[in-house]
Amino acid sequence: MSVRPRIAVLVFPGSNDDRDAAWALGALGADAQLLWHAEDELPRDTGAVVLPGGFSYGDYLRCGAIARFAPILDAVRAFATDGGPVLGICNGFQILCEAGLLPGVLRRNRDLEFVCRDVRLRVERTDTIFTACCEPGQELTIPVKHGEGSWYADDDLYGGLEAAGQLVLRYAEDCNGSVGDVAGVCNEERNVFGLMPHPEHAVDPLLGSGDGALLLAALVDAAHARTFAAA
Amino acid sequence: MRVTVLVRPKQGILDPQGEAVRESLRKLGFSVGGARVGRLVDLEVDEPSSQGARAQVERMCQELLANPLIESFEIEVEGT
Repeated sequence: MSVRPRIAVLVFPGSNDDRDAAWALGALGADAQLLWHAEDELPRDTGAVVLPGGFSYGDYLRCGAIARFAPILDAVRAFATDGGPVLGICNGFQILCEAGLLPGVLRRNRDLEFVCRDVRLRVERTDTIFTACCEPGQELTIPVKHGEGSWYADDDLYGGLEAAGQLVLRYAEDCNGSVGDVAGVCNEERNVFGLMPHPEHAVDPLLGSGDGALLLAALVDAAHARTFAAA
Repeated sequence: MRVTVLVRPKQGILDPQGEAVRESLRKLGFSVGGARVGRLVDLEVDEPSSQGARAQVERMCQELLANPLIESFEIEVEGT
């Protein structure tokens, strides 16, 4: 049996960061497998699931609104309910919000611009499996590239999430008008996490930053723990 | 039954698209105090009664056509 934990990277029509995510996870020690959205089961021994960036179903209606009906999403929902680690990046984050697996919603950026650059982020919470390799308050530099990444929650929801420690990542600079500068949130059980920045594009200093590897390596660790605890 | 759904950004929610439209209209010389941009969905619902159609479309809005966190919706049933 391979010691590389299996991570399923979902592929929707319009996904375009699936290969980058799979490559980065592979480089960090995972057995990353691309999985078409029309499948209705995750591969055997899946230790984590990644919903990658892109423009699933052409962003019709609202970003992520249609992808939530993909057959594979039922399996992902069951996996998440069972405690499995699920990471949504950019469009994957939008899908998880629309599917109700994460709180809030991603709106059009405040300035209507497609923001495509490196941004500085601050790690607010390290008590998640996704940020376990980071230090509290650590600054990360990871690129964003989105037109609809302005996260929104009303005051009640925001206050509840902050009190519960679910606001995991914030922008350390002005980015897109997100409420509270939130860049990434997790669910109450802390096993589902979504963020707008792209850690898979920042896994090698040669590409500008290696900070994304801190998040993805933690996911590989979590997948490993789940796979071998279950074995 | 023909039903039209109007989806709007909720009151108090920033609508950058509407702001951009308002600015552009001003540049054309129009005096516009405010603009909000939403979405319109025309539906043909297989349902003979207008009451039944309205109830169905209400559910469609809650489950898919609008995101209740940021959008409000209005349903117009033809002939009512």
